[in-house]
Amino acid sequence: MSDLRGLYQEVILDHSKRPRNFRALEDADYHAEGYNPLCGDRITIYVKLENDRISDVSFQGSGCAISTSSASLLTETLKGKTLGEAEALFERFHALVTGKGNGDKPGAVPLGKLEVFSGVAEFPVRVKCATLAWHTLRSALAGEAKAVSTE
Amino acid sequence: MGIARDVLNGTRCERSVRFAVEKIRQDFPVLSSSVHDKPLVYLDNAATSQKPRAVIEAEALFYSRNCSNIHRGVHELSERATKCYEDSRTKVQQFLNARESREIIFVRGTTEAINLVSNTFGRKQVGAGDEVLITAMEHHSNIVPWQILCEEKGARLRVAPVNDRGEIVFEEFEKLLGARTRFVALVHVSNVLGTINPVREMIEAAHRRNVPVLLDGAQAAPHLKVDVQALDCDFYAFSGHKLYGPTGVGVLYGKAGLLEAMPPYQGGGDMIRSVTFEKTLYNTLPYKFEAGTPNIAGSIGLGAAVDYVNEIGLESIRAYEDELLAYGTRALEEIPGLRIIGTAREKAGVISFVIEGIHPHDVGTVLDQEGIAVRTGHHCAQPLMERFKVPATTRASLAFYNTAGEIDTLAAGIRKVKDLLG
Repeated sequence: MSDLRGLYQEVILDHSKRPRNFRALEDADYHAEGYNPLCGDRITIYVKLENDRISDVSFQGSGCAISTSSASLLTETLKGKTLGEAEALFERFHALVTGKGNGDKPGAVPLGKLEVFSGVAEFPVRVKCATLAWHTLRSALAGEAKAVSTE
Repeated sequence: MGIARDVLNGTRCERSVRFAVEKIRQDFPVLSSSVHDKPLVYLDNAATSQKPRAVIEAEALFYSRNCSNIHRGVHELSERATKCYEDSRTKVQQFLNARESREIIFVRGTTEAINLVSNTFGRKQVGAGDEVLITAMEHHSNIVPWQILCEEKGARLRVAPVNDRGEIVFEEFEKLLGARTRFVALVHVSNVLGTINPVREMIEAAHRRNVPVLLDGAQAAPHLKVDVQALDCDFYAFSGHKLYGPTGVGVLYGKAGLLEAMPPYQGGGDMIRSVTFEKTLYNTLPYKFEAGTPNIAGSIGLGAAVDYVNEIGLESIRAYEDELLAYGTRALEEIPGLRIIGTAREKAGVISFVIEGIHPHDVGTVLDQEGIAVRTGHHCAQPLMERFKVPATTRASLAFYNTAGEIDTLAAGIRKVKDLLG
């Protein structure tokens, strides 16, 4: 059970049951839909930009505990961040959940609460769940109209 | 069935059933293995079944002693290989009670069998404005080939609805059989719901309107006695690997008259009688539909699987699995917040469920840590998921080597899921 406790940490369970920023943004500048056909996770990410800075970000959809909490923590983490910082965080997050370390180096944007996803590295089939929201965000910012799929 | 009834009043399956499950389990090497340091509890049989030693050894024997191509050589090994391959065809013929062995075509699996029919018979049978009728509980492999055909021909795909229990609404099915219906493709047993469809009555209804019927028997062949003559189906498809046989081999049964009139599916060696650059004469049945070197070892393994299943007997298998299903259904229904999807009166081998507030993917991960293999997701039946308004389910699917003890382990595992994530 120790691996499972590592995967389903309290913060993750909290965010999966009470997702933050769980709403549509009527005046979003960008939005995109993400889909994980393996388990049926489906989320839509909404982003509002002020110049280069994410002034608001939210999501809607349904999915497993990992994908829902990841989307929720993404919105909490990225509000107020610049696009460059968001991209850097995605790279660090990706390294974390795929077991390649947390990319920590001097001057890097801190992962903060996102560190709770370190347990995902022990469950390779769940990496797609953890990264769905991030891939979807990237797609939204790229202005891609079509839904992103993790397959 | 008498045995099965007795057990509905009992608490444990093994007590009342005269079924040597522990002895049978010893025939399956993988069943004594461990996963995450826990004894394997394999409940993903609808995805693929495990293989008895007899099947593994039949394949090994072919490769170690008799390996050769078939229908070609004059040498001893080729004769042996050909005989083993054709013996398997006869075993399958008898297994399905087909009239003749030439009505048995070896293919890659159910999916290829259906594609074969849609691409040959379907293309000749269906034209612009015509209709193909399927049901709302089809696997993607019995939806997509017909969609492709309908798109190509300008035909329309019609879908017979299911009720809340997961049963076909027979009257609606009958109503949809119209003047333009040219083909019916129908799942015998649902891979998601476990529903056993009243295929005999459905085939009769279609035949009254002269509409031919294909049955997708992927989930039926491992659990029920199938008699294609009694059913009077025009085509029957199943996969070897779900019948305790190897992957990569399956069967298409077709009535000889229909198969003879059909154009070939693939061109190549073995399916021809003579070839010149001007004209090719096609081989007779079943070889017309077996272009190229087939999965010889797999087909021989499938023959061994049929022998193995026959030895236990599908009637005993059905009785035992029915008890296990009833036991499992009761055990899972007792868990608060758990809802079984698919409560048809006639069911075989499958318990799909959802748990309030917990996504199936999380259920699957936690159960896996307990050594329990289940399937989570849409089970290649996305339209059915939408019908029941769930994104996915967790599915425990049974085989005759499963035990009531394993069901108890599953129920305990689900309680752990709820403790951890609920």
